[in-house]
This record gives sequence, C-alpha cells and structure tokens, in this order.
Amino acid sequence: MEAAAEAGNLAGVQHIILVLSGKGGVGKSTISTELALALRHAGKKVGILDVDLCGPSIPRMLRAQGRAVHQCDGGWVPVYVDQEQSICLMSVGFLLENPDEAVVWRGPKKNALIKQFVSDVAWGQLDYLVVDTPPGTSDEHMATVDALRPYGPLGALVVTTPQAVSVGDVRRELTFCRKTGLRVLGVVENMSGFVCPHCAECTSIFSRGGGEELASHAGVPFLGSVPLDPELTKSLEEGRDFIREFPESPAFPALLSIAQKVLIEAPARVP
Amino acid sequence: MGGAGGLSDSDRQWSEEAFSRRTIEEIKEKLKTVKHKILVLSGKGGVGKSTFSAHLAHGLAEDENTQVALLDIDICGPSIPKMMGLEGEQVHQSGSGWSPVFLEDNLGVMSVGFLLSSPDDAVIWRGPKKNGMIKQFLRDVDWGEVDYLIVDTPPGTSDEHLSAVQYLSAAHVDGAVIITTPQEVSLQDVRKEISFCHKVKLPIIGVVENMSVFVCPKCKKESQIFPPTTGGAEVLCQDLKIPLLGKVPLDPHIGKSCDKGQSFLIDAPDSPAALAYRGIIQKIQEFCGLHQPKEEHLISS
Repeated sequence: MEAAAEAGNLAGVQHIILVLSGKGGVGKSTISTELALALRHAGKKVGILDVDLCGPSIPRMLRAQGRAVHQCDGGWVPVYVDQEQSICLMSVGFLLENPDEAVVWRGPKKNALIKQFVSDVAWGQLDYLVVDTPPGTSDEHMATVDALRPYGPLGALVVTTPQAVSVGDVRRELTFCRKTGLRVLGVVENMSGFVCPHCAECTSIFSRGGGEELASHAGVPFLGSVPLDPELTKSLEEGRDFIREFPESPAFPALLSIAQKVLIEAPARVP
Repeated sequence: MGGAGGLSDSDRQWSEEAFSRRTIEEIKEKLKTVKHKILVLSGKGGVGKSTFSAHLAHGLAEDENTQVALLDIDICGPSIPKMMGLEGEQVHQSGSGWSPVFLEDNLGVMSVGFLLSSPDDAVIWRGPKKNGMIKQFLRDVDWGEVDYLIVDTPPGTSDEHLSAVQYLSAAHVDGAVIITTPQEVSLQDVRKEISFCHKVKLPIIGVVENMSVFVCPKCKKESQIFPPTTGGAEVLCQDLKIPLLGKVPLDPHIGKSCDKGQSFLIDAPDSPAALAYRGIIQKIQEFCGLHQPKEEHLISS
C-alpha cells in the first residue's frame, strides 16, 4: 500500500473532516467554508480540499478565484486565502484556464485528479483539513475515501435541508458512510427556515424537521439547524468572512456549534 | 498536468469504444415513437431540476391526449419517484422491455429509485456502471407512443451527462432546459453547463431561474434570499444570448407538494409560482412545435 508507509504531504495534518450530502445544493460548500472560518477564529490552521471537480465553488467563497497554483519540491502549493496564511485551499477551480470551461470528465480521470489532490499537495502543518465533496455517492466519493483512508479521517459532517426529498438522498449518503467505514460526526440541517426581515414571521420554505428525524433514525448526533440568511448567501458570493462580520445573524449560533463539535471531537494527536 | 477544461483525447477514445454505433442505433430505433425529447440540466445541485422536470411532466400531462414520459437518470440521488408520489413502486419486465411506472394513463415514469428495495439503499457505483444503467433506460424501456420524453439529470457535467448525450446522438434531442438560482455560485456552474451543451452540440431551449424571490405569506413583502449579486439569470442570458424562459419565486407550497408527491400546479394553481411554471411550459411547447423532427424519425400513425 503506497500511502500507509509514509504520510508524505499529509504528515502535518492533524485532523481530516469530510463534508458530504448525497443531495445537491444543500450547502456543503457553505458549511465547509463557514467551518473553516470558524476554526480559524478559534486559532486553528485550516486547509480546504475541494473535490467537486464539476462545480468547484470554494475559491469564490473565499475570494480566491483566479489565483495561480505554484509547484514546490513536495508538489503543489495550496492557495493561501489570507495574509496570515491560516486558511489554504486546493480546488480544480484554480487549474481551469477559463472559469466558464466545463470539466467534462468521466470517472477514471476524476479519480486520478483526486488522488493527486490528496497526495501531491504540500499541505504543511494544519490543524484541520476540511474536504468538500460534490453531491452523490460515486467516483469522487469513493476515490476520496480510499485516498484518505490511510490517514484515518476524523469523520464526516453530513448536510441536509429539512424537506423529505433531501432527506431521501441523504439517507443513502449515510449508508455510504456505513459501508465505507466512515464515522459520521453528525447531521447538519441547512436552510432551516427564513425569518422575514420585514415582519419577523418565520416561514419553513423547505419544510421542517427532516434533519433531526434523519439523525435520530440513523443514530447519529444532530449538530444543529442553520436558518436561511441572505447575509450569509451574500458573504459567500462576495468572499467575505461571515463569522467575523455577522455574529448577530440567526445563522451564527448553529455554525458556531458545528465548529465546537468538531473541536471537541478532535482528540489530541500523540506527538 | 495541463489545463483542465474540455474533452481529452483519452475521454474521446474511451467513449468511442464504450459507445458502440450499434447501441446508438438501437436507441434511435427504440425512441422513434417519441416525438420530442427534452433534457433538464443544471451544473449546480439543488436548484430545482427534479422539481421542474416533475412539474413539466405534470403540466404537459394535464392534456389527456398528450403522452408524457419522465426519465430520471440521477443514479445516486433519484428524487423523481418521491416527487411523483410513486415511492415503493416496482418496475416490471415484459417481452418488449421494461414497463415504466404509470402515474396516469398518459404519464409514465422510470427511475433507478424503482429498482431499490429500501429508501436507505445507496447506489455506490462508478461511472461505467452508471453508464450501463442509462443505456438500459434508453434502450430497454418500452415507452410506447410518446409526445414528450423529459430526462431529469443529476448536477454536474460528467458520466451521466456524457452518456445521455452520446446515447441519444442519433435520436434527435429537441434541446436542454437549464435550471439555475439567482446567485453567482449557481450561475458559475450554469455557464459551465452551457459550455458543455455547446461542446456536445445540444441545442438550448432556454434558462429557468428558480427561487427568484420570496414573498412573505404574512406581510406579503418580498425578500431576496438568494441575491442576484451578478445580475441573476437575466444578465447571464443577455450575455450569452440564450432565452430566459421565466423566473419562479420561492414558494413554500412547492417543497410541500414535492414532499407529498403531488403536483404543485394542482395544489396551488393560482400562486405566482404556478403561473410562472405554466408560462415556462408553454414556451417549451412552442419551441418543440417550431422544431418538429423530420418525417423519417416518426413512425407514421
């Protein structure tokens, strides 16, 4: 087995967390980004690996789109999104000559790039590596879990929205986790409701209750409900630091609680 | 490695071996009884492709003289059975192939969801196996005489999309409807999807902007939950000279109807969202009417 013998580029990474769903558009990239920002605010060094090859959203969410990727002796240098170098990122988004160009690849080629992203990026010393995934239970997911298995990932955050149609797909993702031996840290319910800024009425736009029921059915922790907040959406569009700028937002407590769960779960590595 | 866009030589070679001319001709023959074929695409997940596909099917099938078929090729996340109220239904085989599950006499549905025995079953397949399933769905399902075949797809630009387009390459696809939401994180994926359509020479019927605006049920004031920071679908369509078929507001009734497996067009017929859907469906029918398939593709009735 290649990677078990020497940890190589992941030797300095303390904890690896995958963010999965099964369902598209529930907020995996949003949760990955906000988790990274929250962990940074807790003083941690974080890397984000974006293995969504068809729809790489993270560069824009951290205002890093168009940045170039450089090589070093150890492989590719991840892109640092801030001057303090507390968050770094690797995404196929950085490798596209034209951002509107589609990555139209079949499974085998996707698998090959994901293996490279795991083993050939010089991550350096990181407290956490957050791995954002595309929806589904296919090539990217299998390749990612296989490539990361020798490094003992901490586990997976599984994201859903409240309605049954999402929960239906996410149940399958939980089966995927079970079958591949990936521990589920917990379920996050996103887009949990919208508080009208004009009259404060809360509307369950995407139904209600699904996330908690799912967690209970699957016997995994429920980490919290993140309500819809246009400020959050706008922050991600503009690549701003929502955690720093909007602590009063209704979305803030749930996002913080997810980060705290991750911080508690991460056992100290034996030096 | 070099630039990451487009189809590589190895992809092309692999695809030529895997997609034999014979299979493509078989599918062309099988689908001769299907007048119009529409792909519903996005690029971005969670923008409402399946919701739209389901309601396009419902809307077209309201005319009992129109035969509608809905094919769900989202192998990992098959939402269509639930949205159509057909969860738990099974597919039957006969001498002439697989029978779709009929919601109405004039509305048949096929999805991998019907082949799974439990809602927890995960379809953990790599590309080649997914392609095989799509081939079977296109070649072995006995749709009968159909006016509209709607193909719902998963997000992305990968195996499922390439397979669908390549297997249908001899069978005349009317075009693709591309779904988006207003914010740039969706639009950036939609531009890639449009580029994919151009690459594989798939005509684009137009773009639908979902989740456009939210009207509070209590105070009736509007909010933009997914703000169009770069101009939304309107600006994208102007820039790329593609028709904007319509904008659908965020309406909690839509999600509720989908969860119950019902047609939102029947549950809330006078809502702005239902009216928007109907306008879009009409434009799609007009497009298909203008682009009739050549006579040799039709079996004379």
